[in-house]
Amino acid sequence: MDRFEFRLAGSGGQGLILAGVIIAEAAVMEGKNAVQTQSYGAASRGGSSMSEVVISDGEIDFPEALNPDVFLSMTQQSYELYYKEVKEDGIIVVDSDLVKDVKDTEVKVVNVPITRIARDVGKAIVANIVAIGVLTSLTNVVDKEIVEKAVLARVPKGTEILNRKALQAGFESVR
Amino acid sequence: MRASLKSYFRTGKLPHFLCPGCGHGAIMGALVRAIDQLGLDRNNVVVISGIGCAGRSSSFMDFNTLHTTHGRALAFATGLKLANPDLDIFVFMGDGDSSAIGGNHLIHAARRNIDLNAIVANNSIYGMTGGQYSPTTPEGMFSTTAPYGNIEPPMDIAGVTAAAGASYVARWSVFHIKQVIKSIVEGYNNKGFSLIEVISQCPTYFGRKNRLGSPSRMIQWQKERSVTLSKAREMNEEELKDKFVVGVIARREREEFSKKIYSLMR
Amino acid sequence: MEKVRLIQGNEACVEGALAAGCTFFAGYPITPSSEIAELMAFHLPRHDGVFIQMEDEIGSIAAIIGASIAGKKAMTATSGPGFSLMQENLGFAAMAEIPIVIVNVQRGGPSTGRPTAPAQGDVMQTRWGTHGDHPIVVYSPTSVQETFELTVQSFNVAEMLRTPVILLSDEVIAHMRERFQYPENVTVIDRKRPKKDEKEYLPYKDDGSGIPPMADFGTGYRYHITGLIHDESGYPSEDPEIQRKLLERLMGKTERYKDEITLIDEYFTDDMNVVVVSYGCSFRSAIHAVKTLRKEGIKAGCIKLKSLWPFPKETITKISEGVKGIVVPELNFEQIASEIRKYVDVPVKGVNRYDGSVIRPFEIEKTVRGLL
Repeated sequence: MDRFEFRLAGSGGQGLILAGVIIAEAAVMEGKNAVQTQSYGAASRGGSSMSEVVISDGEIDFPEALNPDVFLSMTQQSYELYYKEVKEDGIIVVDSDLVKDVKDTEVKVVNVPITRIARDVGKAIVANIVAIGVLTSLTNVVDKEIVEKAVLARVPKGTEILNRKALQAGFESVR
Repeated sequence: MRASLKSYFRTGKLPHFLCPGCGHGAIMGALVRAIDQLGLDRNNVVVISGIGCAGRSSSFMDFNTLHTTHGRALAFATGLKLANPDLDIFVFMGDGDSSAIGGNHLIHAARRNIDLNAIVANNSIYGMTGGQYSPTTPEGMFSTTAPYGNIEPPMDIAGVTAAAGASYVARWSVFHIKQVIKSIVEGYNNKGFSLIEVISQCPTYFGRKNRLGSPSRMIQWQKERSVTLSKAREMNEEELKDKFVVGVIARREREEFSKKIYSLMR
Repeated sequence: MEKVRLIQGNEACVEGALAAGCTFFAGYPITPSSEIAELMAFHLPRHDGVFIQMEDEIGSIAAIIGASIAGKKAMTATSGPGFSLMQENLGFAAMAEIPIVIVNVQRGGPSTGRPTAPAQGDVMQTRWGTHGDHPIVVYSPTSVQETFELTVQSFNVAEMLRTPVILLSDEVIAHMRERFQYPENVTVIDRKRPKKDEKEYLPYKDDGSGIPPMADFGTGYRYHITGLIHDESGYPSEDPEIQRKLLERLMGKTERYKDEITLIDEYFTDDMNVVVVSYGCSFRSAIHAVKTLRKEGIKAGCIKLKSLWPFPKETITKISEGVKGIVVPELNFEQIASEIRKYVDVPVKGVNRYDGSVIRPFEIEKTVRGLL
């Protein structure tokens, strides 16, 4: 694999930076190269937030996404900002409850009610873990079992069951 | 000076460059007398100073001496003390050095209650730069930058330091040099931040600008202006206006900071 | 400890510092460097080290100078506004020859600027930020792995030359998470100290190496340290000859040891006819662009400056002799490009951004094509 790019965008507090970190960590566990970068504003909560992951079997020179293979959007605003930059044969994943106005383009769009699934599983806060399930299931860039290992290594102790459920729900939502 | 005291000075570097009649020499003398009384190993003694007339003083004394940047002596001292808590550190500062440019470091050294022994030679003027007013210049007094009389209320260095949390604080003047020595000894024995403010005389600038007369007249002026703590309690604000209160202003047991830092290590 | 991990640049900086023997950190919180202070606060007590959060950046650098005088390897970390506050004491460390390491994680400036956005606007400040002529050594990492390596190098060179060394990182490298492998071997250099029986210790007497041995306070040498011009004993002097000699020795340190200090990597330079010279996060854009150009058959080369100061002028002159032009991508208004122009006769084209975004590789590719 030469270079595979994820861009995860939404608002601060949705846990997208952590989601990017987990995907990158899973790739490193698999022996691949990975770089995770982020951009964020001054606010810890709210405001815009973006996390990018580049995965490759070789060296990763430019660390940010140039034309994402996968773009996850968790707010309408972030969708408008970035949908045009996605690769022609890439995928746009939107939280279908949060991004209602999806433009008619050539790029494949996958609608998943990510936050609603998280709420059904137990808590809206695990929406980022549901998203990891969705993204890795759609792309197969990293092995699902390793993704689960990476998730469990990062989440707070005592929340493993909830997070595992969230990840599974994410996998299944796009099966 | 006793020969044994002389040995605390770098005699090859003397005479010092302070003006005749300057009070700082007496305070330096008090410092080495206190160190002598304490019987400290001079290889383990560090004297740190900032910039100004008081700042230059460190170079004349035969210890580990560190002449830092203006106002930062206490911050350098904090690093030294935390890196080697066994060192006996004395920090020699002036009024502008400790309370204006270095005021923030003074407050935080006192707040942490780190075991440093600060001595502030307060002559109410910036002497090194030619006699400008400082944060401790009394209202109405003249300086090269207060040609119409100083309009700023003065800062109470000892009071601020005590309020910030230092475990030992005293104020004296050059007139009270015996008490200064005693307080330096007490401050050293108090494991925590200690500060001894000593009202000093600058005959060259402060004395001349304010027609205070000879150095001995200025020491007399210190005596007349000083009021003991117990006397001060019976005086009202108006009566205390042109006075400074002398005595041990704070003496308390508080946990020392470098000990706390070292207790974090395994 | 797992050998391969995904960690941030700031985390690699802390690991490098600990590997180099750093046991003292003083700092003041500032974005985007705060992770370094946070991790030092956690790790140092477990390494018998001291962490202190000072009242400001002036106090932070003062405290690490004090700690170094007591014999510790000491570091602080900051960003532009804090680095500006440190300038006076940085000069003190250069003058009094106290080894310290200062990490500056660059953010958008001037003033408060853009705390969370990358920039490379402090390059010239690292060279000439403090007043007066003084020696300085600056390293700039281009990856997480290199942040570790250059932090160790910073400590080693500070100890070797008795001088402050600056690790100039940036928001991208500091916050990026990347595959990191803890090296098998780490070379650690300690400062030269006077011999045990040295009776007549002169703290600033040249022993022939240009770098006098340094005694820790409290070990029996009782000498004077000052920021004033001083003689070999450390005592202030107004003798013009002493002043001239002292400054020539100080300024001569980096020139004399430039081969040990300077770190440059070359890529595709054998047959190149155009070269991209870069450093820090912009190198990542540069090497991406050069590889793309190579695929098109364009003979582009790439030079990575891991050390920025002392400036490798001879190398730059040599490289320029075989190329049609030099392209310099950087997140500022041509700070390194203008330095390069002093030493070359070929056109030097800057690719510059100052909008808080990194340079896109295509911007460099376009400029290179324009030169040919």
